[in-house]
Amino acid sequence: MNRGDDRVPALGTASPGLEHRLYELWEGEGGLQGFLSTVDHKKIGLRYIVTAFIFLLLGGIEALIMRLQLAAPDLKLIGPEQYDQLFSTHGMTMIFLYAGPILSGFSNYLWPLLLGTRDMAFPRVNALSYWIYLASGIFLYVGFLSGNGPNDGWFNYVPYANRDYNPGMSEDFYSLGMVLLGTSTTVGAANFIVTAMRTRAPGMSINRAPILLWGTLTANVANLLVVPAVSLAFFLLWMDRQFGTHFFDVHAGGQPLLWQHLFWIFGHPWVYAIVLPSMAFVSDGLPVFCRRTLVGYPLVALSTVATMILGFGVWVHHMFATGLPALGMSFFSAASIAIVVPSAVAVFSWLATIWNGRPVVTTAFLFFASTILLFVIGGVSGFMTASVPVDWQLTDTYFVVAHLHYVLIGINVFPVVGAVYFWFPKMTGRLLDERLGRWNFWLMFIGFNVCFLPMHLTGLFGMPRRVYTYGPEMGWTTLNLITSVGAFIFAIGVVLLVVNVLKSRRVGALAGPNPWDAHTLEWSIPSPPPPYNFAVIPAVATRHPLWEGYLDEEVRSSLDRGLLLDKAKESLGTTPLDALPDMILRMPEDTSAPFVLTLGLGALFAGLILKSWLLMICGLIILTAALLVWLWPRRELREREAAHG
Amino acid sequence: MAEVVALRPGPLAVGPIGRRGLGWWGVGTLVATEAALFGYLLFCYFYTGATAPPGWLLEPRPVLKLALPNTILLLASSVVAWYGERGVLTHRPAQALIGFGGAFLMACLFAAVQVLEWYAKPFRLGTSSYGSLYFVTTGFHMAHVLVGIAVLAGIFIWTALDYFSPRRNLSVSAGVLYWHFVDVVWLFIFTSFYISPYLGFGQ
Repeated sequence: MNRGDDRVPALGTASPGLEHRLYELWEGEGGLQGFLSTVDHKKIGLRYIVTAFIFLLLGGIEALIMRLQLAAPDLKLIGPEQYDQLFSTHGMTMIFLYAGPILSGFSNYLWPLLLGTRDMAFPRVNALSYWIYLASGIFLYVGFLSGNGPNDGWFNYVPYANRDYNPGMSEDFYSLGMVLLGTSTTVGAANFIVTAMRTRAPGMSINRAPILLWGTLTANVANLLVVPAVSLAFFLLWMDRQFGTHFFDVHAGGQPLLWQHLFWIFGHPWVYAIVLPSMAFVSDGLPVFCRRTLVGYPLVALSTVATMILGFGVWVHHMFATGLPALGMSFFSAASIAIVVPSAVAVFSWLATIWNGRPVVTTAFLFFASTILLFVIGGVSGFMTASVPVDWQLTDTYFVVAHLHYVLIGINVFPVVGAVYFWFPKMTGRLLDERLGRWNFWLMFIGFNVCFLPMHLTGLFGMPRRVYTYGPEMGWTTLNLITSVGAFIFAIGVVLLVVNVLKSRRVGALAGPNPWDAHTLEWSIPSPPPPYNFAVIPAVATRHPLWEGYLDEEVRSSLDRGLLLDKAKESLGTTPLDALPDMILRMPEDTSAPFVLTLGLGALFAGLILKSWLLMICGLIILTAALLVWLWPRRELREREAAHG
Repeated sequence: MAEVVALRPGPLAVGPIGRRGLGWWGVGTLVATEAALFGYLLFCYFYTGATAPPGWLLEPRPVLKLALPNTILLLASSVVAWYGERGVLTHRPAQALIGFGGAFLMACLFAAVQVLEWYAKPFRLGTSSYGSLYFVTTGFHMAHVLVGIAVLAGIFIWTALDYFSPRRNLSVSAGVLYWHFVDVVWLFIFTSFYISPYLGFGQ
């Protein structure tokens, strides 16, 4: 067999000449063309983060309008129909357009840097997943801004969402938008999985990978398997509404509970998908500020996976009040209670890390450490609703609203803001302002608890979710006012974060490569990183390559000397578990195929909502052409034999 | 003095060799997520059927006259596609073209017979939840058959252009894997919709 172009990759050390050669190979074009065609994971990751953050702000404004409406009894700021659209759009925005994508953004930016490689496994797919995410966000918000936002809650139960009870285009925008977004999540998940398994630096065996790899990998394996459930549910709903099918229509043998099953088979694993990576921010970030390694790394890694495995089997706890058989409910109740165990492993590991460390209190530390407290509060209220009789009492009350916000803000937003403080210097080369950071933290922390802690009581006193107002005689007035005040304090905290980011990216103190004296590979390269990330591919010997001297390890990683791979746009492929060098990867150049494909897909979906055959056909033609260009085998990627054809 | 890890890799392949490339893993993840999608479709079928009142099946004894031979045709096309892949791997271009061309024609024939089968059904998409499930599930499969036809056409043309060798053939292996998936998943759909009523489901 012809093995002619196999190569022994050259070893060497970084030099200005090498860096110049790599820069020429990896730096993309500037201008609009470069903007639309880049496949650099760092640019795509930052776009993800910025876009998701804009959605966080939009969802936040929606929440503040609702809190104004609920601040006192019988207010008439907005009407019931507007309120329905606001709380549904708020949920959709926060859960689908912020919480998932922000974590994809961080992992997109960080993974190749943490793993010691030059890009994600499929850079073009990476660009595609961002563009489709953006397209679906725009699609859903075109619906909302044209008065057709979702109005049956983010989980959109039938029969409310059926056409008979919900004419108009609200549900059609929501259904099609979610199918579109599902495509983005799925291709992104595939990319994360293959990147995790095949591109880690040599020597970074699976037990040496940062927890962020475990968290994001686990989340994306779940996404790959459960996103089809929700995409299918929304597609079937759209068919019911537009083509007269009867999936959820009880008059023609349909089954309304089918919606709830499909939705929550996706929905509960998704909850873990949007917290496991952010819990990993804490697991990787907290030890840096405690000046010691994470306590119980193997347990934390394995409990991450265990949480998700159990998480596949708990979806019915969202359906305890639907009259299912007691035996089925007992099973799901037990599974929901069992999930406390792996969650507690993470909590105790973080506590032990602080306890045994010498904490350096920074803003990032405060955000990471406060996650522990908020996680415990949100976990305990979740544990309560895992019990069937307690759930019957609490379901559809504000107690559940309080619980889910402790979980989603406590274990997603707080660690994410911590991650902004921690990794902003890597992304921009400048530190965020610590003084402003303290104000930022304390306003968010106090505002959050003032807002949501009393809400547990509001729920216990019987206030139902999703009502647009309440009477003064109900006894909920004071609690609601406190909650609204807390919401605005929290919002001021978030605004301070925006101010800090905008200010510090211009005038913040210069960070240097490793301002926190942290221990993972991303801190071994300049801030911001060059387009090729690593001038030489490092070889890894431990979990904390930059602390080996400090920890007096016997075997040290090789960071300055490694594979050069400077002959073409190349990176290293390694084996899945041991990360032994396996092949040289040819990486694709910038291409506008992902952007054009998204345009085609966008035209197709616009055609579907407007019922325009012309748009649909144009969309399909553009999509097919883009795919053909994309998939055509290329010599430079070694997809076809160089001497052939 | 601590020892620094030494990395001395031997000769490494540049780009994908055979199935050893990231693209193979990529198609693997695609197959996994698509398999999940069909799993959920069949979940819809069994869940709706199990909770529906008697008389839910619109065709209590599904007619196998077209469906069974068509199923055998589809499975056979997988074997023919595999024969074509062997042709690429053993550097026999004629065998490869016969395999991919044959699989392409068999796939088109399957799609045509499936359209006839749809017209032969005594119920339609909007008749009841059973009709909706039947037509949407087989419709999803038909969409995958059409993609598969395009994939088989693609690898036929690329093989005709002499793009591949026993070493460089990832597009072929990935495309044929996808076609195997389309065929295997039909076996599950066929068993659920055509065979399970004979075994008592939904009766």
